[in-house]
Amino acid sequence: MSFNTEMFAGFQQLAVDLRSALTAEECFVLTLSGEDSLFTRFNCAQVRQSGTVRDVRCTLKLFKDGRTCWQKFPCMGEVEIDRLQAQQALADLRGQITQISPDPYLVLPIGQEHSVRDRSGELLSPDIAATTILAAVKGLDFTGIYAAGVNLRGYADSNGQEHWFSADTFTLDYSLFTPDGQAVKGAYAGAVWDTEKYQQQIDRSRQQLSRLQQTPKSIQRGKYRTYFAPAAVANLVDMLAWGGVSEADLQQGQSSLAPLRDGDYLSSLFSVAEDFTSGMVPRFNQMGEVAVDQLPLIAEGKLVNTLVSSRSAREYGKVANGANDQESPRSPVVATGTLAQEQILATLGTGLYLSNVHYLNWSDRQSGRVTGMTRYACFWLEDGEIVAPIENLRFDASLYDFWGRDLLAVTNFSEYIATMDSYDGRSLGGSWVPGMLIQNFTYTL
Amino acid sequence: MLATVLLQPENLDKILADLPIEADWIGLRWVKVIDRTRSARDGVPQTNGNSINSGVMVEVIVNGQIGYGSTNLLTPAGIAAAAQAAHQQASATAKYHLHTWSITQRPKTTGNYKSAQANSLDSLSVAAIDELLIKICRSLKVSDQIVQTRAMVNTKEIETFYVSSNGSSIYQQVQLLVSDYGATAQAGSITQTRSNGGMSSHCYQGGWDYLDNSSLWARVQQIGSQAVELLTAQECPNTTTTLVLDPDQMLLQIHESIGHPLEIDRILGDERNYAGGSFVKPSDFGNLTYGSPLMNVTFDPTVSDEFASYGFDDSGTVAKREYLIQNGQLLRGLGGADSQARSGLPGVSCSRACDWNRPPIDRMANINLEPGESSFVEIISQVESGVYMESNRSWSIDDQRHKFQFGCEYAQRIENGKLTETLRNPNYRDITPKFWGNLVAVGNAETWKTYGSPYCGKGEPNQLIWVGHGSPVAAFANVEVFGGN
Repeated sequence: MSFNTEMFAGFQQLAVDLRSALTAEECFVLTLSGEDSLFTRFNCAQVRQSGTVRDVRCTLKLFKDGRTCWQKFPCMGEVEIDRLQAQQALADLRGQITQISPDPYLVLPIGQEHSVRDRSGELLSPDIAATTILAAVKGLDFTGIYAAGVNLRGYADSNGQEHWFSADTFTLDYSLFTPDGQAVKGAYAGAVWDTEKYQQQIDRSRQQLSRLQQTPKSIQRGKYRTYFAPAAVANLVDMLAWGGVSEADLQQGQSSLAPLRDGDYLSSLFSVAEDFTSGMVPRFNQMGEVAVDQLPLIAEGKLVNTLVSSRSAREYGKVANGANDQESPRSPVVATGTLAQEQILATLGTGLYLSNVHYLNWSDRQSGRVTGMTRYACFWLEDGEIVAPIENLRFDASLYDFWGRDLLAVTNFSEYIATMDSYDGRSLGGSWVPGMLIQNFTYTL
Repeated sequence: MLATVLLQPENLDKILADLPIEADWIGLRWVKVIDRTRSARDGVPQTNGNSINSGVMVEVIVNGQIGYGSTNLLTPAGIAAAAQAAHQQASATAKYHLHTWSITQRPKTTGNYKSAQANSLDSLSVAAIDELLIKICRSLKVSDQIVQTRAMVNTKEIETFYVSSNGSSIYQQVQLLVSDYGATAQAGSITQTRSNGGMSSHCYQGGWDYLDNSSLWARVQQIGSQAVELLTAQECPNTTTTLVLDPDQMLLQIHESIGHPLEIDRILGDERNYAGGSFVKPSDFGNLTYGSPLMNVTFDPTVSDEFASYGFDDSGTVAKREYLIQNGQLLRGLGGADSQARSGLPGVSCSRACDWNRPPIDRMANINLEPGESSFVEIISQVESGVYMESNRSWSIDDQRHKFQFGCEYAQRIENGKLTETLRNPNYRDITPKFWGNLVAVGNAETWKTYGSPYCGKGEPNQLIWVGHGSPVAAFANVEVFGGN
């Protein structure tokens, strides 16, 4: 039996056991998150660390008398052991739940849906992964991380609703460096490893690296016309997950988008939607609710929807739309425009070309002001020609400017920027984003 | 009786002996974590959860390469599979090793460490914690202008069992407590948030005394009142001036502009694809003037209640206090045994993993700015014109840890040696060596406080680890400060 099949069967059995153990006053939600992954870390085109992680955990959430609490526990795929762990968790939760105050906005599981989605892939065998990856980067100062394996997500509740999602995926997140420390960033991600495609990706990065041989140019602080490549736009879009499109954040004074609700608007060139049609992430959330395939959030500059969890819906009298507990986008897609790839440099003219940005944070959330740094393969252009790479610059600009009146054009293509983070296990999904041309972008240091 | 044997960490020696692999060295690190988070918002329970986590990392050295396998399938078959995976990865990547690893980087060490505990975490019941958080929320609402209140507490009990084929045997038990509360006030389009020292900054090894103590309710009242006060405060001016920082902002300043740039694995390039490199070069150790002569910075995992104290790091090195910077001169970096071997540089016992499922890398533990001579009143009295800031709310720094911009929740203007009006949306930006070179006053021990963060992110795969930072009040000349829009 495969890891996926074994864990799915065990998870279903746990749900059956828990349903039979409940009293009439109790409800539960059981979720599972797991992975069986290889992580190989590279530096200087050699292997810094390589190893495996097999980590599966369940979270049992108990509801009773308007109260709720949860317990997470290891899930081993051994039915007898997992059953004991679940029983212990249930006993612990029963001991605690009466001590907790009622939650007036508590939402109980009520859905009836079932879904199973298995996205199998073809990954590199762990014993040849490093050899295959390093063969293409001979002579390069290559650094980064290859992460691959199966990711699992499960949901079951006392109402009988069940969902299962498994996906074989890999991500290779890498940088190539010049001897003086300049770099290009690249990524190759998917479900089916193709060595030829990988080689082509490295060749493109190698070509970009050759543009970084000149001494970086120091740019004075000021406002510049700037092209943001898709990876840089993805970083800006990530800010919407943190004090952005969350209904709770808007209600509680924590959102940068409050002026949009009050009637302000961004450029008509800017649209972003939550879009699950690519199937890269589960559509179900922590309460088993299934999001619609597509939900426009900002359409032609106007805030048309926020992400509303069922708890926020109850608290603020809104309609839930399958958002997760954090009310953050899980599969954002930014609309394309009309700027063609071959017109980017000429249309930019004189200014900055940013391949990536780094370490973004709100500097004044209420006014939508974001600060961050340029990073990797960023260039100064004059009259549509690349003059030199730049020394890193700090920017500090408001989204009401750069996605508002200063947004000049959006590319007619977009790129898939896979989410690479692995703090709480390997992430799933990513965003589809175009490039953007912006005028008067503010650089401060 | 179970048909499947569930192994226990107390038998780690036997588990090591039974592993079906042969290697030049084998280490087993079993980590058990009980993590409890409880929070309330606007007087309503928000989260009440426990996480029970337990797993093992098998680390091996084969042909000069380290490989690891980690699992929470804690059966003989599960741990054997992890060991075989570790062996396979070490073997498969040995010809690409970055350094020829040996037993020297995994010394034989035995011993125990336990947090100094003021009182047990069991001394407050679930009901008592629930009541406390709700009362904090209600007490924060000092005005109808308060639109949101929140309170949170997180505790962790972490046990680490470590044995190795060369005879190491270490047991460590730490108890961590993080608390946070704050209020958001609103008037028209103005919104201001004030918290108890910035996001989750109150981090300690110890018990409930660090939250539920005699100063709690006065502080809660002050936080609520200051949120309202900020609504009508002046914007922080845009100017270059003397900046005085409270220890609750110094924690972030030390963390980002001293801690991270001194990590030797960053200097060696391991983090270039993610967290970034460093402006510090290997040749700078022993030679670089990092800051003014008032600057004395230690790596100190021995402070009893500071958040990231421990007895041994995760490669088995005994933890010791060391000066990183003395009288402004850079002496040593944050590099554990692996980085010391690779670089030949002096380091510290800082090879740490955030959990059983991540390998150890160079991390901060407690990084502290040592106290100076001046009282808080003396520091302020010496400033003709300046700004005093408290409590971080925004942070950003470049990948070489050079150009930074930080924002705070609360500030006061300093005029003619006195704190005067309150300022809102205070920010400052500067460049690391210039900033520390302009350190003009360091507070005495009476101004020294310890804080920390549970959220230091780094590494591939990513790791979030807990760090502590102690600092006095400090003053910096010629800093660019600015306000909101």
